[in-house]
Amino acid sequence: MQLLQLLISGVAQGCIYGLIALGFVLIYKATETVSFAQGELMMLGAFGGLVCMTVLGFPFWLSVLSAIAAMAVFGIALERLVIRPILGQPAFSIVMLTIGIGYMARGLVTMIPVIGTETHTLMVPYKDMIWKIGGNEMGIGAVVINIEQLVVIGCTALLCALLYVMFRYSKLGIAMQASSQNQLAAYYMGIPVKTLNGLVWGLAAAVAAIAGLLLAPITFIHANMGFIGLKAFPAAVVGGFGSLPGAIVGGLIIGVVESLSGFYLPEGFKDIAAYVVVLIMLMVMPNGLFGEKLRKKV
Amino acid sequence: MRFIFKTDYDQDIRLAKHGGHVFWYGLLCLLLVAAPVLLSEYLLAQLTFILIYGIVGLGLMLLAGFTGLFSIGHAAFLGVGAYTQAVFTGMGVPFPVALALAGLLSAAVGVVVGLPALRVKGIYLGIATLSFGFIVEEVFARWESVTGGNAGKSVGQVNIFGWVADSGTSFYFVCLVVTVICTLACINLLRSATGRAFVAIRDSEISAQSMGIHLAYYKTLSFALSAALAGIGGALYAHQIRFLSPDQFNIIQSIDLLLMVVIGGLGSIHGAFLGAIFLIGLPQAISAVKDFLPEAIAQAPGLKAVIYGAVLIGFVLFEPMGLYGRWLKIRTYLQLFPFYRKGMFKRQKSFQKSDRLK
Repeated sequence: MQLLQLLISGVAQGCIYGLIALGFVLIYKATETVSFAQGELMMLGAFGGLVCMTVLGFPFWLSVLSAIAAMAVFGIALERLVIRPILGQPAFSIVMLTIGIGYMARGLVTMIPVIGTETHTLMVPYKDMIWKIGGNEMGIGAVVINIEQLVVIGCTALLCALLYVMFRYSKLGIAMQASSQNQLAAYYMGIPVKTLNGLVWGLAAAVAAIAGLLLAPITFIHANMGFIGLKAFPAAVVGGFGSLPGAIVGGLIIGVVESLSGFYLPEGFKDIAAYVVVLIMLMVMPNGLFGEKLRKKV
Repeated sequence: MRFIFKTDYDQDIRLAKHGGHVFWYGLLCLLLVAAPVLLSEYLLAQLTFILIYGIVGLGLMLLAGFTGLFSIGHAAFLGVGAYTQAVFTGMGVPFPVALALAGLLSAAVGVVVGLPALRVKGIYLGIATLSFGFIVEEVFARWESVTGGNAGKSVGQVNIFGWVADSGTSFYFVCLVVTVICTLACINLLRSATGRAFVAIRDSEISAQSMGIHLAYYKTLSFALSAALAGIGGALYAHQIRFLSPDQFNIIQSIDLLLMVVIGGLGSIHGAFLGAIFLIGLPQAISAVKDFLPEAIAQAPGLKAVIYGAVLIGFVLFEPMGLYGRWLKIRTYLQLFPFYRKGMFKRQKSFQKSDRLK
């Protein structure tokens, strides 16, 4: 029973990692740049939801939708203003650029007087709800499952299904796949590759915002939330950097390993479990579970 | 305009290429030696920090700028050097021996990190080094018998066979000597065959292999040397701040080191020191300017992060060659005046061949 609780919390945490890793992989597939700013985008999405609910006073669903829409627009603007001018530079420059964007976003949020410097809670309708399975009438011996975690898992599954449908059946999705597989051929076929890159960044930012809003009831909203995004890198690597389902699967693996190691292994292993997994993965299967084989042409 | 008239092969490999070099670097050395007299105690401490971060920057520049291997976990080597120095000084080992041991142990850890790195490239290397950084930080926190864990560890003073460097000035001179030795070592390394092998690996691994450069050996050597320099810098850092705790060597420190190297200018020795000057000088500049800013902005805790981030983004977008690159452009303008053309340092957009299978 303890195992079931551990698994569910691990899967829920893994879904968050998977969503952020999904953002990385989307951007990597489309523009072959690695974005270290996904964690901060997640933090901005969570703060956006908070601002919509408290400052602007929107009801819950409207603030969720507007936070996601606002982050999508922010992602598109970011790509247009900052990323597009330096596409074509060595990959390291772009990585440093996204690190700088993350740094700046974190600093800007802490500069806002009251909202930025404290920890907040997001008033979600399902807050603090739990679900008891089994046990006697007094509730002893029951398996207690946190509804917040189930919502995370459910939403991630729904989002993955939506993304799958979009990429498989809609024109936009197929165009995105085409431009990420071979940009030159996509240009020839009349696909507006630059616009699509902007849209991919917007989609990645929106996914990060969803991850932030899902994470908010569990870890509360504060300016250092973005560091959770650093654990999503192992998730993306384990799944294979060029594969969308791999990102989710990698996230689940990292989440479950972390949860189980927190309970069964000595103190301190929980924090580094993800990194040990990624090191083992890099030595055993450098391309990840679902990754494509890399081959360098001279 | 200066014309360098070469009559001798030695001129190509000499350290000081012409009289101007001798004059200006000699002046710099004089100023550095006279610094305790010219500067206040506080500024002298900042200059010591600049020298220490300069040594670490040399290490990271060697790895990232000259060999093209990007390490996002370099603070781990800094920490290894710092804790080694703390432990051995606590055991009474004299300073030069402890410093050498710190360098050697960091180099060993560097080899341990570098060996798996041979198999992975690009972003995977960054993530592997990031993971190592986190693991090493956690080891510092958990290995309480040696490192004192999260409670921290205090460090004794520099003790060279009886002479204790107990004042800011004497410690500054110790750092200055170590910095000069490390810088000369690095410059000589880069003039040698090993240095040329590193640069070849950065420019094109496959071409380097075709020319007979043993990739595994040179990459591991690069990691080891870079980690050794970071360890030596860390040892001096331990003596400077006198109290170590694991969270001084976290991911933020690693990113600060990378920031320093990128803003200084990748691929140059000057870049390491210019970046160190930037890293240490910017907080001083911010606090000097704070009085002129409106209250709300000046007191905000995130101001330093915003300015760092903005400067980094600005440099990557507009001046990818960093501070040293900007100085090169200014110097070339002055040297070639009035014949300087705008496009002389234009960067090439190299749409790299995709790493993925087409």
